[in-house]
Amino acid sequence: MNLPGLLDTEAIRKDFPVLDRVLHEGKKLVYLDNAATSQKPRQVLDALQQYYELHNANVHRGIHVLAEEATALYEGARDKVAAFVNAPSRDEVIFTKNASESLNLVANMLGWADEPYRVDERTEIVITEMEHHSNIVPWQLLSQRTGAKLKWFGITDDGRLDLSRIDEIITEKTKIVSFVLVSNILGTHNPVETIVRRAQDVGALVLIDASQAAPHMALDVQALQADFVAFTGHKMCGPTGIGVLWGRQELLEDLPPFLGGGEMIETVSMHSSTYAPAPHKFEAGTPPIAQAVGMGAAVDYLSGIGMDRIAAHEQTLTEYALHRLRDIPGLRIVGPETAEDRGAAISFTLGDIHPHDVGQVLDEQGIAVRVGHHCARPVCLRFGIPATTRASFYLYSTPAEVDALADGLEYVRNFFG
Amino acid sequence: MTMKLDSMYQDVILDHYKNPHGRGLRDGDAEVHHVNPTCGDEITLRVSLDGGTVRDVSYEGQGCSISQASASVLNELLVGKELPQARRIQETFLELMQSKGRIEPDDAMEELLQDAVAFAGVSKYPARVKCALLSWMAWKDATAQALGTGGKEPHPA
Repeated sequence: MNLPGLLDTEAIRKDFPVLDRVLHEGKKLVYLDNAATSQKPRQVLDALQQYYELHNANVHRGIHVLAEEATALYEGARDKVAAFVNAPSRDEVIFTKNASESLNLVANMLGWADEPYRVDERTEIVITEMEHHSNIVPWQLLSQRTGAKLKWFGITDDGRLDLSRIDEIITEKTKIVSFVLVSNILGTHNPVETIVRRAQDVGALVLIDASQAAPHMALDVQALQADFVAFTGHKMCGPTGIGVLWGRQELLEDLPPFLGGGEMIETVSMHSSTYAPAPHKFEAGTPPIAQAVGMGAAVDYLSGIGMDRIAAHEQTLTEYALHRLRDIPGLRIVGPETAEDRGAAISFTLGDIHPHDVGQVLDEQGIAVRVGHHCARPVCLRFGIPATTRASFYLYSTPAEVDALADGLEYVRNFFG
Repeated sequence: MTMKLDSMYQDVILDHYKNPHGRGLRDGDAEVHHVNPTCGDEITLRVSLDGGTVRDVSYEGQGCSISQASASVLNELLVGKELPQARRIQETFLELMQSKGRIEPDDAMEELLQDAVAFAGVSKYPARVKCALLSWMAWKDATAQALGTGGKEPHPA
């Protein structure tokens, strides 16, 4: 099979110390759990260490050298992230602790907002059946608290969004449409334009969960035409504990804060307070400073390689993996079976063998995959399965690792056969 | 195949997984439904008591080889036992599964647990202990309900 567009993984893998690990008496680590979290390159680890060794201080406060350096590094990371997603303004980039917090932040802002944004019992919220739990539960909570009706798009048999009733689902009552750009369980890359256009027609806001997109492709928040975009650092070579919410500036000015505390205020008296402008209005308390710096280093690292090249690498690898997996008897892909409009996470079932058993026997061969419902249980219910096994690739994944997975799965079949 | 995995997937376990004992729901005095939220394993289990004796344990569920085999072993071990003896077996199995691989079953334990001793290797895998315990916690819960002593007990998860 011809594999065009692959990256020089031999060079890239030298940046990721953990990929040299050998497990279970001599099995080389084959890390295929990148949709859960990515590994970290030396450049990010160094940035974290340097920050703590040389610059550690709290931000936006002290009048001393370290405080100024820490602030410059933290705000510098915001500049890097803003450029990475082509944000019109750096002030539109809010640092959170992860994508879940970003999604919850929007849900809470809308619950407390005044007209015209306010979500209440006369309004509707729209999500999809293929959301991660983090883009379901905050809306269920908002729905329960406000009386707003929660509606969703279903999934077709081949793992795509069923948009056939889009005009009935997104209506004049819809205040917010929140959906995932690339599904963490199915791998589906969703048609943003169709959904955004309908939402704009009825005056609804759009929130896009880009957690599985930002690490893998060029992300342009202006081209997406959404109102908010959420993603997380740890899936894109950054540390845990740092996420991002991008939001359009006029919305961030209009919408109320959620968490109160230091950093987010302008003045405080015992009776009332006024708030700092965005993004600080939404960053109460000491932020994850080192983590933001680490995320900035991750953005530099990914940009240095080029997001388009990373996307091309993964596209080729995904195509190859789908081709190899299709040849395994009893293997059923859950999600799109072709690499078209698809990310590099592939879920599947293997005969009647439970994913837990698949994952355990793969692990003994040094192959790390995720098993379970992947925090997207409604998808499992939709396809009538308790769980799946999921292999997910990244910029350092290789065709040899795809081969190791295919061979490993043959071994699993024989073991339980 | 390395030793470690072999010590988890014993032939006894694979046999019970492929040919489960007593599977299917029959009449019972109490029914419970337990799930393992981390992996989606589920079991519906009924207990039928005859005075102080376990008359039947019937079950239906879905899950991995460990959880399915464990339910089969439970049926084989507990049906026909007096309740105090059944509880002893359940408690000993629980102790073994929570041992993190540190208990080497002795003759007395082997005699008491019989096929269930094969799960000793599973106790080394923290992520899988809940799979092995799912049916046993369901049985404990259902038995308490059948006896009318306080209803639902906490789930193992």
